[in-house]
Amino acid sequence: MATTVHEPPKIELDHLPSQGSGNGGRRNLVPAGEDLRRLKDYSPPPASTGIWVGLAAITMTFAAFTSALIVRQGGAADWHHFTLPPVLYLNTLVIIASSVTLEIARRRIATFMGGLKGGDQDGVASPARWLYVTLFLGLLFVAGQTFAWMQLRAQGFGIATNVSYSFFYVLTVAHALHVFGGLGGLVRVIGKLHKSVLRRSTLDAASRYWHFMGVLWLYLLLLLWMRL
Amino acid sequence: MHDMSAHAAQHGAPTSFIRKHVFSLDHKVIGKQYYALALLAALIGMVLSWIMRIHLGFGSYAIPGLHLLSKNGAPGDVMTPEYYLQLMTMHGTIMVFFVLTTAPFAAFGNFFLPIQTGAEDMPFPHFNMMSFWVTFVGFWVLVASFFVGDGPTLGGWTQYAPLSAIGSAGGPGEGLGVVLWATSIAIFCIGQLLGSLNFITTTLDMRCRGMSLMRLPLTAWAWFITSLMGLTAFAVLMPACILLILDHVAGTSFFVASNLVINDQMLPHSGGSTLLWQHLFWFFGHPEVYIAIVPGLGIVSHVLITNMRRPMLSHRVLIYSMGALATLSYMVYGHHMFVSGMNPVSSLAFSFPTLVITIPSTIVVLIWLGSLYGSKLRINAASLFALGFISMFISGGVSGFFLAQPSIDIMLHATYFVVGHFHLVMGVAAMFGIFAGTYFWFPKMVGRMMNETLGKVHFWMSFVGAYCIFMPFHYLGIAGNVRRYQAFTDDYLIHLIPVHKFITVAALFTGFAQLIFLYNLIHSRFKGVIPPNDNPWEGTSLEWSTATPPPHNNFGDKMPVVYHDPYQYSVEGASADYIMQTSPENVHSPDEEK
Repeated sequence: MATTVHEPPKIELDHLPSQGSGNGGRRNLVPAGEDLRRLKDYSPPPASTGIWVGLAAITMTFAAFTSALIVRQGGAADWHHFTLPPVLYLNTLVIIASSVTLEIARRRIATFMGGLKGGDQDGVASPARWLYVTLFLGLLFVAGQTFAWMQLRAQGFGIATNVSYSFFYVLTVAHALHVFGGLGGLVRVIGKLHKSVLRRSTLDAASRYWHFMGVLWLYLLLLLWMRL
Repeated sequence: MHDMSAHAAQHGAPTSFIRKHVFSLDHKVIGKQYYALALLAALIGMVLSWIMRIHLGFGSYAIPGLHLLSKNGAPGDVMTPEYYLQLMTMHGTIMVFFVLTTAPFAAFGNFFLPIQTGAEDMPFPHFNMMSFWVTFVGFWVLVASFFVGDGPTLGGWTQYAPLSAIGSAGGPGEGLGVVLWATSIAIFCIGQLLGSLNFITTTLDMRCRGMSLMRLPLTAWAWFITSLMGLTAFAVLMPACILLILDHVAGTSFFVASNLVINDQMLPHSGGSTLLWQHLFWFFGHPEVYIAIVPGLGIVSHVLITNMRRPMLSHRVLIYSMGALATLSYMVYGHHMFVSGMNPVSSLAFSFPTLVITIPSTIVVLIWLGSLYGSKLRINAASLFALGFISMFISGGVSGFFLAQPSIDIMLHATYFVVGHFHLVMGVAAMFGIFAGTYFWFPKMVGRMMNETLGKVHFWMSFVGAYCIFMPFHYLGIAGNVRRYQAFTDDYLIHLIPVHKFITVAALFTGFAQLIFLYNLIHSRFKGVIPPNDNPWEGTSLEWSTATPPPHNNFGDKMPVVYHDPYQYSVEGASADYIMQTSPENVHSPDEEK
């Protein structure tokens, strides 16, 4: 684990407008002939807005899968109920833990950047440590999901066995693919941190995405547990 | 204040050919790439429609060379019924996805949204580049289905289950053809989601100083509203396509019912829901109609205002109406399913918002007409096409009133009446919006003017031609002519064949007009007149205050500051008949936003 002390990362001002460039702000009218200086100059960096937009799209995708499941189950006499592989509950703990470690990492990095007050020396010395832990837990989660799929397959339950299994595989694989996106985001954050070019908004966006993956998984688990 | 160059250097001006013209991060290049793709797609789609029309009007004639397009779809150059359906499916898919979505939204939006908001680029240029190249791949995956297996799918652009999900038992192209179709569309969805992400964040976060939301031009609003629809609609179509692909390749039973017997063979699927596909598809499909048309509403308003030399009666009401269209578009999708066996109460529930959605559409039209009334409109190719758009939008919209009512729709469903309706209101109208935008913005996009005379010839031929094609469709539909028939052999259809012959001639005539446009486009690109200045139409929005064509970061050294509402024309006391948004001139019209 990296413990080297290095220079605090440069925090790029997130597209703060200067000299008339960049963000207009949300209510940023300029009456002609009046003083420009009294303008509200700030609007959120695009990464903060963008992540919510992205999460909205992901929400719609899983909403579509959910409604497909409900409609398909509603009219079906062939629905086969089955017990979820127990390893899923362990995976749930892992992904919750990863959110906790990520939040620790985020706060420590914020302290390291000078964005937050307080913080301990240990955290300042190794800002990336908790990110690595999160990354590890994320990979562990995907490995755990893979174990669940293998277990089901070993029992003879493939994607085409019954539509309930089809939905199980579709939902969990779709979630896992999105988790890979989150892992990619974490790797990017770590890389930028090491190069000292990490932006606060990148870190926050990656964290929000990751936490969302956790919440999405809790939702999916509940859905699968209730319906399958 | 930090150095502005740090911001401008989000990505510097590219130097290599590949970065400049191929894998470009510049939204303007990406916009042009989208336009080129849409142009190619439109040409292919148009040629497919010619082949279909020749077959429908003059079925007994062979079309020389047709066998080259298909291995077994046209033996002796005469089309088989299956091949007709394959061409029809590809015509619909290519036109709806790769022309009507790509050109007005992705092409013009990419080029002009950042400029009109006063941004240097989209906030996520890599996503933007990916968005185009993913769409590009999606297009070729779709076109590839012509050349593999037994050709493209024949299930229509809506790909209704169970036909789309039963594999090659359903006919030529229903195996690999459907898989390629669904893959192509799923890829296309990814491209549009990435595009929408950029459009939304550009509008919300990248506006220049002084650019409040209400100071955005109507085009920017239209693209913003469209991207909100795109974000939610394509995110639903993609999972639907994934489930469809799985029914093919993984043997699942999402959409195929139990005990389905095709060609004396019982299919191995069990318990699937055929209606599920329709629900998922139309939840996307209806907003898609508005994704195609709302950018046109913006472009037409923008073009008309500039040529009327006065603003619309109400800027805000136009924006709210477009927003209402977008919101309602999610509540009406069931009107595509009136005859699907859905509960009649659901039909009623979907019929009501369908009638309600005509209110914002009517408000938009009334604002246009009221604003045009008494104005001294400058007649040019762009403004003619904008007027043509209004005409098509009204004509196609009126037939919507009839179709919105389940009792009437039961008779008209799946007839040429429906085909005429959606071609006028969504197809031709949206195309006219694209043409209006092209003639209007061409000088800014490439630095040359298009030929006006050819443009006017193009307009009149297209306008007359389109009505000659699609008005008779309504008559055919009322006479009971079912859509998707490749030949008319029944007694009640035979006497309609002369009408079909007339439509075919009109289609070839209208198609010829599009070749004039293509010539004009290519010729003007290289030989067109160079515009006298950066603002040849005397417009007010930001795209006219920058150089022609705009520099890499859109505005050069000095980022714009906005002082005015977007459409300040004929303001009393102003030095000219228009005040540009960037003009610090302290003159305001009484209705300017405070």
